This record gives sequence, C-alpha cells and structure tokens, in this order.
Amino acid sequence: MTKFLATTALIGALAMPAFAVEVAEGDTLAENQYFNYWLLDAIKSLDPALNTDVEGSASIRSLFEGLMNEDAQGEMVPGVAESFEVSDDGLTYTFTLREANWSNGEPVTAEDFVYGWQRVVTPETTSEYAWYMELMNVVNATQIVAGEMDPSELGVRAVDDRTFEVTLTTPTPFFINTLSHVTTFPVPRAVVEEHGNAWTQPGNIVGNGAYTLASHNLGVEIVFQKNPEYWDADNVVMETVRGITVNDSNVALTRYQAGELDRVQIPAGQYPRLAQESPDEAISVPRGCSYAYVFNLSDKGPEALKDQRVREAMALSLNREVMVDQILQGGQRPAYSWTHWAIAGFAEPSETFEDMPYEDRVARARELLEEAGYGPQNPVRLSLQYNTDESHRLLAVAAQQFWRPLGIEVTLNNVEWAVHTDRLQNQDFEIARYAWCADYNEASTFLDWFRTDGYNSGKWSNAEFDELLVEARTADDTAPLYQRAEEILAEEVPAVWVYHYSLNEMISPAIKGIPRENLLNTWYAKDLYRVEQ
Amino acid sequence: MFAFILRRLAVAIPTLLLLIIFSFILMSVAPGGPFTGERALPPAVLANLEAQYGLNDPLWLQIWNYLVAVVVHFDFGPSFVYPDRSVNQLIANGFPVTLTYGGTSFVVAVVTGVALGVAAAIWHNTWLDYLAVGISIGAQVLPNFVMAPLLVLVFTLWYRLLPGGGWSFNDPSFWIMPVIALSTSYMASIARITRSSMLEVLGSNHIRTARAKGMPEHRVILRHALKPAMLPVISYLGPVFVSMITGSVVIDIYFSTGGIGKAFVDSALNRDYAVMMGVTILIGALTILFNLIVDVLYAWIDPKIRY
Repeated sequence: MTKFLATTALIGALAMPAFAVEVAEGDTLAENQYFNYWLLDAIKSLDPALNTDVEGSASIRSLFEGLMNEDAQGEMVPGVAESFEVSDDGLTYTFTLREANWSNGEPVTAEDFVYGWQRVVTPETTSEYAWYMELMNVVNATQIVAGEMDPSELGVRAVDDRTFEVTLTTPTPFFINTLSHVTTFPVPRAVVEEHGNAWTQPGNIVGNGAYTLASHNLGVEIVFQKNPEYWDADNVVMETVRGITVNDSNVALTRYQAGELDRVQIPAGQYPRLAQESPDEAISVPRGCSYAYVFNLSDKGPEALKDQRVREAMALSLNREVMVDQILQGGQRPAYSWTHWAIAGFAEPSETFEDMPYEDRVARARELLEEAGYGPQNPVRLSLQYNTDESHRLLAVAAQQFWRPLGIEVTLNNVEWAVHTDRLQNQDFEIARYAWCADYNEASTFLDWFRTDGYNSGKWSNAEFDELLVEARTADDTAPLYQRAEEILAEEVPAVWVYHYSLNEMISPAIKGIPRENLLNTWYAKDLYRVEQ
Repeated sequence: MFAFILRRLAVAIPTLLLLIIFSFILMSVAPGGPFTGERALPPAVLANLEAQYGLNDPLWLQIWNYLVAVVVHFDFGPSFVYPDRSVNQLIANGFPVTLTYGGTSFVVAVVTGVALGVAAAIWHNTWLDYLAVGISIGAQVLPNFVMAPLLVLVFTLWYRLLPGGGWSFNDPSFWIMPVIALSTSYMASIARITRSSMLEVLGSNHIRTARAKGMPEHRVILRHALKPAMLPVISYLGPVFVSMITGSVVIDIYFSTGGIGKAFVDSALNRDYAVMMGVTILIGALTILFNLIVDVLYAWIDPKIRY
C-alpha cells in the first residue's frame, strides 16, 4: 500500500530532473575549467562514516553521491535516487535508484546503501556520527549503536539491485532532508574490506561522485578530477577542483588577492572594508549557526543562576546590537531566538524584547536583579568560559562590560577547545560560550539541543518543551509548535542568545554556481563553472 | 673516543625511555581526550574507540604496550584524529618536508651567519662590521610570524614571483620563502656568536705568533683562528639543527607546507595521543642524537673535553 507523496516540496523533488549546472546567458566558459578553494586545515577523513567536519563533507560530496542532493536554494533534488515512494503510515520509504556506476565501473546498487548505512551504526566502525541514523529514526538504529542488536537488523533493505527500502520508527517530516548528509552515502564494500582504514587514500578510493581523487597531500592540497563514470558527467563542466590548505585566514586572503585561490572566508572584522573595495567579490549570506551563552542549571551550577530573574536580567542587558555591529561587523544578526532566523518555515517567537529600547531593557534588568536580591552593592559573581578564539574573547569582554554596571560581575575563563567541551559535558562550568550549527534545514535541529535528554550541557529541563518536540515529529504544521517551544526558552532563559551567524566570503567573479541561498551553505563542485574574464 | 661514544649512548637510551614514560603520563592527565567532541558519543561507540586505541587499559599497561609496539615493531599506531592514516604515515609525509626546508635553512643560516661573523671580526670596527652587526640585530628582532606574512605580501601579492604557500619537492620556488623566514634569526645568532668568538681568538697568543712568523693572513684565519672560534658556534648548532629539521609551527602555518611542526601542535590541541607521542619521540631521539654528535665533534676539535 504505497502512494506518491502528497506534499508539494516532495512532489517537486520527484517531478524535477536532477539539478544540473546551467550556464547563464552571456557567460563564456573559460577554456580551462578549474576551481581552487580554501581549506583552513587538513581534511581529517574522506570516509563518509568517519567524517565529522564541514570541509571533509564538501570533499566527500565531490567523491560520493547519496540518495538526494541539495539545489542552490537548499531544496532536495534527486541524487542516486531517481524517485521514491512513501507508505501511507509514513514509515516506509522506497527509493528507486538510477543506473549509476562507481568510479571503477561497477554498478551502484541498493546493497551499497545497505552496507554504508549498516556500517555507520556498527559500533566497531566507531563513527562519531552514528547518532545521525538515530536522528533519522531508522528502525533499530538506537539499539545497534548501543551494541544491543546486530547491524543486520537496521531498518534498511535492498529489495533488488535498484530498489532501496528504509523503515522508520516514527513518521519523520524531515527524513528526506537528512539524505544529503554524507553520513548516508553509499560505500563500496569490496574496497573497504580490501584496504581497511586506508581505503580512502589516493589509489585505493572508489567513489560514485562527480569527481575522483587525483591526489591528497594531507594538510597541503587535495585535488579532484572529473569522473567520466559519473552518471551525469555530460552536465559537469568543472574539470579540476583543488582544495588548498592555508592555516592562516589572513594569508589565505592575500593568496586570494594574488589569484591563487578562487574562494576564501573573510577574516573576522574585515568584511566592511572588503565589501567596499570589492563589492562584486565580498559576499555575506546567512549561515545556519547560532551563538549563545549557556547557563549551567544542573546541581553543579551556581545558586544565583537557578533564579530565573537573574538569567532574564542577563539576557535583557546583553547589548547584542553592539556586539554584532561593532565587533563582528560581517552581516550577522542579533539573536532573539535559539533557532536561526533563516531556518525554513520557522516563525520567530512573538514575545521577545527585540523591540524594547536598550535603556528600557537595562531598567527592567535592574528591577529583576533587585527583586532577586542583587545589585551593584551585592553583585552576582559568575565565571564565563569560552574556548580560545579572538572573537570569542572580544565578545566575552563586551558581555562583561554590559553586565558589570548592573551588579553582575563576570570573570572570563579562557580554555582550549578540548578542555571546553570536556567541561561542558561534565557540567563543570557556570556560563559557557556555545554555538550550534544546523544539521538539516528545520527548526528541530536547534530545538532538540535543549530537550531533557538532548545535548543540553546546562541541564535545563521543561516537560512541555519536550512534549512539543515529540508532537512536532508527526504534526502536519510544525510552525506553531516550534514557535511555542521558542517562547518557553524565552520565558525560562536557559541561555542568552547572542547572534545568528553569517558566512562572509570572497568569491572570484570568474566562478559561477556557488549557492548563496542555501542556509546550510552546501555546495557541489559539479554545479560550478568558470567563465572567461 | 669509542668508549666516550659508548658511554654517551648508554645514557641516551634510558633518557629516551624516561621521556616516553613522562610524556605518556602527562598526556593522560591532561583534561579532555581525543573523543571529547561537542556531542557525547554513544557509550558503545566510545567503548569501541577506547578498545581500538587501548585507552581502557590501566595506564601502566598502556605505557608497556606502547613501548613494545614502538621498540619491537616500530609501530606508532593509528592516528586518533586522522582515522584514515597511521602515525607512521603522517610522520613519513610531514617529516621529509620539514627536513628539506629545515636542512636547507640550516645550511643557509650557518654559511651566511659564519661568513658574516668572520667578516665582521676581521674588519672589526669598520663599516663592514657595523653593517654585519646591523643586519644580524635586524634579523633577530624580526620574528618569523611577522616576516612570513610580509614575504607572502611582497613576493606573492606584489611581485607575483613565488607561490604563497604549499609544498613541492620538485619545485624549489616553494622552498624559498620558508627558508628565508626560518633561517634569518638563526643566521643572526650564528653571526653574533661567530663574531665575538672570532674576536677573542684573533686576540690570542698563538695567532700573534703565527702572524709574527710571517704566515699569510688567510692561512692564519682559516687554519689557526677559525677552528677554535667554531667551538661555541658548534655547541649552539646542535640544538638549532634539531629544532630546524623538526619544524617550525609558524612556518608550517603561514606557508602551509604540511610539515611536522604544525602536526605536533595540532596533535596536542586535538589530544591526538598517538601523533603527539610519535612526534615527541622523533624530536626527543633527534635531540639526543645531535647532542651526541655535537659532543663528539667537540671532543674531536678540543682534546681537553675527552676526559
């Protein structure tokens, strides 16, 4: 009993041909099709199951292809899956795979997806993203990750070579959106079994993406060449793609200006100048991450923070506008919700103090503190922990200055990243700087963080909030639920929202096709092309 | 001489063992671990990771297993942070790069530094001396993290002569800026040490004797002055050589050479225990080795040391 999906977005995905590069009118293609982009660091792993970072994901998207891809707006478009059907109860997805080959000429089959997915949840694979299959609600993922069940019990099945079936524990409105994530990509079993951990090294690796790995000099350069075996190779214009590591963002900018790189991120604070000097090249687009100061509300947390009035006063008196306009200066936005403002279908909560003038906010904060028994004569003493980074430091210093006149004395505590995360996980902090980036374009990717059994380092807990998120999993219209959840966060202030990220880049005018409307900033080398300058 | 070398070797091996044991202990007491990321890992995954890397054994057993693996199999294990690569591979990738630009820098620094120092001493208190002293002071106060981006600005952005970073063994244009940035301050120190030591030797009795018996000046300098004047320089060069060939974080970061200096610092920050230990052992062993070589050279030049 299956039927074609009813929602418009998904019908769109079915009806549309795969997203292919379209050379805009008036553009003359350059003879030499190459693209050099900046990498801050060495790529840690090219194994779809072991990758944990953004730069690694971009490389893996060149070398492999999953069921779905994202288009320039972040909408899902077919990848290896030609089409899919979903059962009436919303629990079974059946994907029909197109005829596609691995770079060694072998066909890509449903079995490759079954193997790839099972491999992720197998504890022996030691995938740090095993939780992703749990998030997708694939049947038995949780039990397998916990080591209680055999990986073969995962809710995936190769019906035949070209039919891949997934069973979910609960209807999951964002399921299709999770499929462009590299964790869900197929993996060639024979190659993995032959080479073990070294299977992703040049010479060994076999992929089904638009590119093959030409060379990989760790920490220096990774080179991709167009893959003639790719099913849509006729529509791939870009021939050679190079990821070049430059460990210092200022040097990277210099090398961009020297023409060695076609795309770099703009170092902090330099966006206004560059936007003025090179308006065609400097861009600022929303990036799906939110920055916050998280309060430790666990038993180990400080007494003062257990008083909601203190937390509210801190949220009110933090001048985010100054932090964004004077310190960050790169098109970020002051945050009045945890969920990034640009998340699809997200309605910002109505009752925030966003429209309140700053003086009124401070006055209200003073009142609240006074009610709680604090003030300049009897200050609250807290420590704010942040990990090593110049902009974290500047923002923390600013926060300190905003809070001090009210009688909130914050000492700054700078630690390196490994110590920071260790303390966050052990509730060994008072206030901590934190940021979260969206895994998929839907509000639950942010809100899940504050669930009672979510990552939730501050151990805030609210039953109604938890219920709203459970309800949202099966609701037809999630917007009011997420809006209410944000209102609860605004009322109880488990953290102070600081700002929503933007992505600031210099992009060579010769390079076309880099998406600017995709909140997750997902890009595919196969969608790019170089024009004659 | 042979007994002297043997004696020094006998001390070197326990030194290295102690270094390994202490580093291992220090590393394991540092807060955070290689797998503390933003998300707490599922317990079964963490258990497998720890089992794979032997982290759930008691510390003494971990150290013992590690020593056995390193000494018997010369296997430094898999990297924690780069799961696709082993530590041996990472070192084999990064060390030759560092050795190349570090070794070249060493030669450049020694040759120019000694030449500058000797010239300054011979033409003491002339414009040449002032120039040499000026250059060496200037080079010493210009730190390489200022010099590196400056070089990129001038040679890459303005004149477009050299690639702004990266590495190739076949194309020395990639080496030039790292070598200049790395060698200058060492060159300056070598020049200053050479100059003062040379001045001291030139004022000594045996030089006066040599000159008195009419020996040509170039023979006085090359045969009788240079050798004793090199003693303080050589004792300085041992540790310098090691620190140059084991890499500079600054050079690696600004020129993205893929060298081992940055790998070392990253391994500490990422708690990549295996890489950290591997590089520690490499640097430790090289330091011990080159100190030994310096001592031998010393004993060869100055028989008084051979006790």
